[in-house]
Amino acid sequence: MRRFLRPGHDPVRERLKRDLFQFNKTVEHGFPHQPSALGYSPFLRLMAIGTRSGAIKLYGAPGVEFMGLHEENNTVMQIHFIPDQCQLVTLLDDNSLHLWTLKQHSGTSELREEHRFTLKGPPGSPPSATQITAVLAHSSREVLYLGTESGNIFVVELPSFRVLEDRTITSEAVQQRLPEDYCNRRSCELVEALREHPKNPDQILIGYSRGFIVLWDLQNNKVTHHFLGSQQLENLYWQRDGSKFISCHYDGSYTQWPVSSDNRQPEPLENIVPYGPFPCKAISKIYWQTTKNGLPYIIFQGGMPRASYGDRHSISVVHGSQQTAFDFTSRVIDFFIIFSSEPTAEFDDPSAMVVLAEEELVVIDLKTAGWPAVHPPYLASLHCSAITCSHHVSNIPLKLWERIISAGSKQNIHYSNMPWPIDGGTNIAPDPPQRDLLLTGHEDGTVRFWDASGVCLHLLYKLSTVRVFLTDADPNDNMNTLGEDEWPPLRKVGTFDPYSDDPRLGIQKIYLCKYSGYLAVAGTAGQVLVMELNDEDAEHVVDHAEADLLQDQEGYRWKGHEKLKTRDGPVRFEAGFQPFVLVQCQPPAVVTSLALHSEWKLVAFGTSHGFGLFDHQQKRLVFVKCTLHPSDQLALEGPLSRVKSLKKSLRQSFRRIRRSRVSSRKRRGGSGNTSEVQEANAKFDQEALQEMELAPVQRKIEARSAEDSFTGFVRTLYFADTFLRDSSRHCPSLWAGTNGGTVYAFCLRVPPAERRMDEPVRAEQAKEIQLMHRAPVVGILVLDGRSTPLPEPLEVAHDLSKSPDMQGSHQLLVVSEEQFKVFTLPKVSSKLKLKLTALEGCRVRKVTVANFGSCKTDDYSENDLAVLTNLGDIQIISLPFLKLQIRYPCIRKEDVSGIASCVFTKYGQGFYLISPSEFERFSLSTKWLVEPRCIVDLPEVTSNNHVHNKSGMENAVRKSRSLGDYGEDESKSGRLMEHALLNDEKVLKEIQSTLEGGR
Amino acid sequence: EFRRFSLERSKPGKFEEFYGLLQHVHKIPNVDVLVGYTDIHGDLLPINNDDNYHKAVSTANPLLRIFIQRKEDADYSAFGTDTMTRKKNVLSNVLRPDNHKKKPHIVISMPQDFRPVSSIIDVDILPETHRRVRLYKYGTDKPLGFYIRDGSSVRVTPHGLEKVPGIFISRLVPGGLAQSTGLLAVNDEVLEVNGIEVSGKSLDQVTDMMIANSRNLIITVRPANQRNNVVRNSRTSGSSGQSTESSLPSSTPNILANFLQEEESDEDIVIEDSGEPQQIPKAAPTSESLESLTQIELLHEATQNGFLPSDEMNLNHSAGSISMEYEVQDPEHKSLEEDGTIITL
Repeated sequence: MRRFLRPGHDPVRERLKRDLFQFNKTVEHGFPHQPSALGYSPFLRLMAIGTRSGAIKLYGAPGVEFMGLHEENNTVMQIHFIPDQCQLVTLLDDNSLHLWTLKQHSGTSELREEHRFTLKGPPGSPPSATQITAVLAHSSREVLYLGTESGNIFVVELPSFRVLEDRTITSEAVQQRLPEDYCNRRSCELVEALREHPKNPDQILIGYSRGFIVLWDLQNNKVTHHFLGSQQLENLYWQRDGSKFISCHYDGSYTQWPVSSDNRQPEPLENIVPYGPFPCKAISKIYWQTTKNGLPYIIFQGGMPRASYGDRHSISVVHGSQQTAFDFTSRVIDFFIIFSSEPTAEFDDPSAMVVLAEEELVVIDLKTAGWPAVHPPYLASLHCSAITCSHHVSNIPLKLWERIISAGSKQNIHYSNMPWPIDGGTNIAPDPPQRDLLLTGHEDGTVRFWDASGVCLHLLYKLSTVRVFLTDADPNDNMNTLGEDEWPPLRKVGTFDPYSDDPRLGIQKIYLCKYSGYLAVAGTAGQVLVMELNDEDAEHVVDHAEADLLQDQEGYRWKGHEKLKTRDGPVRFEAGFQPFVLVQCQPPAVVTSLALHSEWKLVAFGTSHGFGLFDHQQKRLVFVKCTLHPSDQLALEGPLSRVKSLKKSLRQSFRRIRRSRVSSRKRRGGSGNTSEVQEANAKFDQEALQEMELAPVQRKIEARSAEDSFTGFVRTLYFADTFLRDSSRHCPSLWAGTNGGTVYAFCLRVPPAERRMDEPVRAEQAKEIQLMHRAPVVGILVLDGRSTPLPEPLEVAHDLSKSPDMQGSHQLLVVSEEQFKVFTLPKVSSKLKLKLTALEGCRVRKVTVANFGSCKTDDYSENDLAVLTNLGDIQIISLPFLKLQIRYPCIRKEDVSGIASCVFTKYGQGFYLISPSEFERFSLSTKWLVEPRCIVDLPEVTSNNHVHNKSGMENAVRKSRSLGDYGEDESKSGRLMEHALLNDEKVLKEIQSTLEGGR
Repeated sequence: EFRRFSLERSKPGKFEEFYGLLQHVHKIPNVDVLVGYTDIHGDLLPINNDDNYHKAVSTANPLLRIFIQRKEDADYSAFGTDTMTRKKNVLSNVLRPDNHKKKPHIVISMPQDFRPVSSIIDVDILPETHRRVRLYKYGTDKPLGFYIRDGSSVRVTPHGLEKVPGIFISRLVPGGLAQSTGLLAVNDEVLEVNGIEVSGKSLDQVTDMMIANSRNLIITVRPANQRNNVVRNSRTSGSSGQSTESSLPSSTPNILANFLQEEESDEDIVIEDSGEPQQIPKAAPTSESLESLTQIELLHEATQNGFLPSDEMNLNHSAGSISMEYEVQDPEHKSLEEDGTIITL
């Protein structure tokens, strides 16, 4: 009866648990999903990115990053830093303004929302009267000018957001002295742009949508200059000295206007359509940058000829005779130029252009000839080809680390050497304790090696497996080739390329041995590649073998994709990981499990049909085992037979989404009246309930049987040196677990090193265990005599682990989706079990052994199981007694892709995708915690020639206010962040469930 | 098919071992059989436990005739007194069916062959509006055969009636276990699965729990049709069978422990060196049981090495044997007291 006692009554253990386990979501790696706004402070040298889910992220020097989240989860439309302050203002699509401040608290800076504000018009006025279209953060730091759809410009005081009504610039006031013939009712509608005079803070330039521009004097409250533009206005930009400004227009033209005291209503200096004469797209933003040599940089977004290049997302840089139209693969959200911000400097001297595209950040070095791109240290586009799998390797030996970096540096020669130009703030986080690699497999057949040691996920090296195969795409098809006199001078930039040449190339499983540098990679069409690290580029033949996993099974027809064609003859490989063995499974189904033993030089692989073992030293297939149930037609036929049902379910889910959209709109309909809202809600609930009753979702309750589909699907493979036959002799063994709850154990005979090439490796089936509950086996592990998991291959040889205890009896841990079970070895008797699903209704999705160190003492650490369930919870389960230690909610259960992408590290951290382009990093350990710790100091304003009336604001900001607990706040924002993500997970879930075969 | 093999008379061992040996000798590891022997009086008597097995071995003289019959087409009437001498009469019975009709043979099956398919348990501790049903799943021949869905039920709370989400049985598969027991019905609300409350759990979670427990599923339901409930207490027979309890009585933890003890039946199977499948034993901490395990293995080895066959075995494949159908009478229906005043929601 003792094991039914509720756990957690041992106070010593409870205390120890507190020293070992702690859950934190620490940092988000990658590129923000659906960015919607960009801001930059030349003063702080910080960049801000807003997203459609209401997140705001600040980036400075590598390691300096902050995150905030608007509670409303509305799209961030605009971001404006307050000049010379650690403050910024965001405008959301619900027309609310938010003031954020970077405050120092216990040694680090943190981003907090200080105030929020929604502009209210006089009673009865239409919503457009207060709809904000343009924001100007005035250099006095005291006020914001808010241009609206109605043409009025409201002035609000900072930080209180008090409307200064007497200072409102009404469109009537602007129109007063307008020439009669130009004056019409609509010329002052919708403020498109507000720009402060660079030398005189009392003058602001106001641009209206219809093309009418005025220079307004704040002191005297009157118009000083009129500029009668005839084209619909997009944006305005002052030249540095304030003598001219430039306006850009909807028709793809830009115009220069002089500003002088003689002419109060000047004519334009020049009007240019850069990509004319045919109709062009709008130029939505323009920069005019002066340089010492007199030739300005004119940089503008858009303006392409409508008919032939209207679909391009471009930014053009014109400098004298040089002109390049940078061509982005995704929509340009916004961009800015980094130039000399010293107020005393005579020229702008632009150094870099920073472009936020929908899917990536591109930085162009404008100082170096040819304008090369700069390799960003963060904000990597993880999804430049969709991520298909990931693999984490902790504590990489320095030698291997350096070799990978050197291989990677040879790939990065076309990047600029410019130091990262956005370098605000100071990273005060301690150096990462060890070198960690995160490997991501992609749809296009590449594997990317990321430095995952610290806060910045940085690309070290990219490996492509494509060269081994013959694909339809021509490898010489270079998008960057530029004809001599091609017009417009387009140049493709960025790495985001979501189109895969051949989906069969997709990487499904990765295994890297950090000691030997052997890498095994397996893909969608049953291909398994074994690679070795080579510091030089080389040309060689890849040994090729086929593994027929069906063996003597008769009468099947594989309806899935064909296997990949291989290249004959030697292939040239660049320095880095170079394949030397290719095994192709037959039928070419997706590889579902992979294991590599670098010491025995063996690689094992499994698909939905069976598994095989390959000796990559002798380049010989050792054996294959078919795991297929003869009646399993679905697995035999391949993925195509499921397409139909997938299509159907997609259609259904789209219909469902459409329906829910309609009802949510209905829901929003209720105005401020609470009872009305309640009524609407009640009605909605009732409707939803009715809908549910009409078409109830049913679940079939049935025990799993051997005839179920995909029971032969090999879920896990494991090498172990253990006692398989008798308790006196241990031997190498291979273990395989299937979807139908079967575990196979093979006894291996690996010849000793001196005869390794002469004698064949032999294998013989020693055991087959059928779990009665038939749930998929997701993990197999052997514990040694001290109940410690067996070390990795070569770990002992490199003195990094104690050699396993071969005296005491070994135990076998089998983890199925439903249960954890410990068996004795060599005679298999069940010893212990934990029935997770029967007790809690959740299933195991991922499981890893993790080492947890105590934060109190250095000499205590223990191994536990880190488990992620289908509900998105993380549980820590002790070894070898299988006691639940602690449980944390981590991922929303609807976020199927997040749960599927989760990967644990060996030291109790983990990563999962929160969007196609972002990894959330979390930590379960008190000891290993990688999180941003950084500080942003307000730089001293050395020489400020701006005329300020007051500068008391600075002190007000510096004044520290009593702030809440940091940790609490962070976890709160984490929760909110999660809440804000992905609207389409329902669709994903549908797809997932269809792919899993459904119930 | 006849087999001869030897057995140590002084150490016959246990019945299970003997049964396993028989299956092994006949190479029918997964076939359920009935074992019988002829005693000195020529009666065919069953062997189905240690006692009668030992008795049988002691009567061997020196040969022991053993009859093995496949369980599905077993002829139960074959057992009993005079069975061997009566054998000819069986034929005459078949030839004169009217005779048979006049005197219906009352079949009393062997106790070991009764196997519970379902049961109502814990009637004494549950409120009468609830019913705790246990479904036993043998092999994979008959599906559990039901579906569940989301729904809402009305609970009585201190604030009045309140609608709460619940899990309901949505469909019974004809011929499935659930339907044939008659203990579960469409629209019954599922309250617990193997002692664990389902409130607050999603449909998928409850599905997973039921499937995980499918070998020995115990579900507590609130039947949609409360009329069929047994009324044990006159106190509640009045107005409201829909009592105010929103959760189950506090005795649940004990019950839970009971369940856990009972349900150790799902043992996995291991095949060693591509040999015979066997159930994985529980690793026992005492050395004694370990010894007994090794003994079994030794016995197996001994038989494989081939002792002199001395016993005669007879596997009866008599296709002509009369298959008897169980006449299952639902005891429920008779003992029911109907109470029309109970309100069902």
